[in-house]
Amino acid sequence: MTVRVQQEAFATGAEIDAFSVNQLGAGAIVTFSGVVRGDGGITRLSIEHYPGMTERALQSIQDEAVQRWSLTGALVIHRYGVLHVGETIMMVATAAPHRADAFAAAEFLMDFLKSRAPFWKKEVRPDGETWVEAKEADEAALNRW
Amino acid sequence: MIDVLYFSWLRERVGVSKETVDTTAETVAELVTELKQRSDAHALAFEDMTAVRVAVDQDLTEMTTTLAGVREVAFFPPMTGG
Repeated sequence: MTVRVQQEAFATGAEIDAFSVNQLGAGAIVTFSGVVRGDGGITRLSIEHYPGMTERALQSIQDEAVQRWSLTGALVIHRYGVLHVGETIMMVATAAPHRADAFAAAEFLMDFLKSRAPFWKKEVRPDGETWVEAKEADEAALNRW
Repeated sequence: MIDVLYFSWLRERVGVSKETVDTTAETVAELVTELKQRSDAHALAFEDMTAVRVAVDQDLTEMTTTLAGVREVAFFPPMTGG
């Protein structure tokens, strides 16, 4: 069970391969990755985080996923700092004997990561910068778990 | 003495990312009342408390939480991870 919070870009394919190779007993590997969209002229995304709490929060979310579903492994990587359109912000991978648990755990990790991981995103455009606002739908998504 | 941390637009409004305060506040809410007095910038940051969240010693919590034995309090808007 691995959590990484880092400034550096990572290679999604290589991470998935490295993760998968270690999942003995898993018949299902599920991954999700989040990418910087080029909405309305964004030139870059600036992601702030709370060093110390970020790792703690992600680890705690991952621990809960492992308790609730039969996972052989889980991986969360989340970047901070300055990212450009098309760059991968974060990824989640889960491995389980069967796909239902792998899918459910990945979705759970994502829902909690959106609202309970201390990152704050700022969109930078040629004409100014705006802090992204949390969506009610994201907060509401937590209730279904 | 408690370390107070600010993130996102709260940090921008207050003008610092961290300050150490000598406080007699017993709860987070009381600390906020004290912090608002420090400057106009602080008052502006805490103007709309519905937009403010808090972590005490790196655990997300409520404004009613006690500050007994606490080392670090952080204020920030709702998180936008992922």
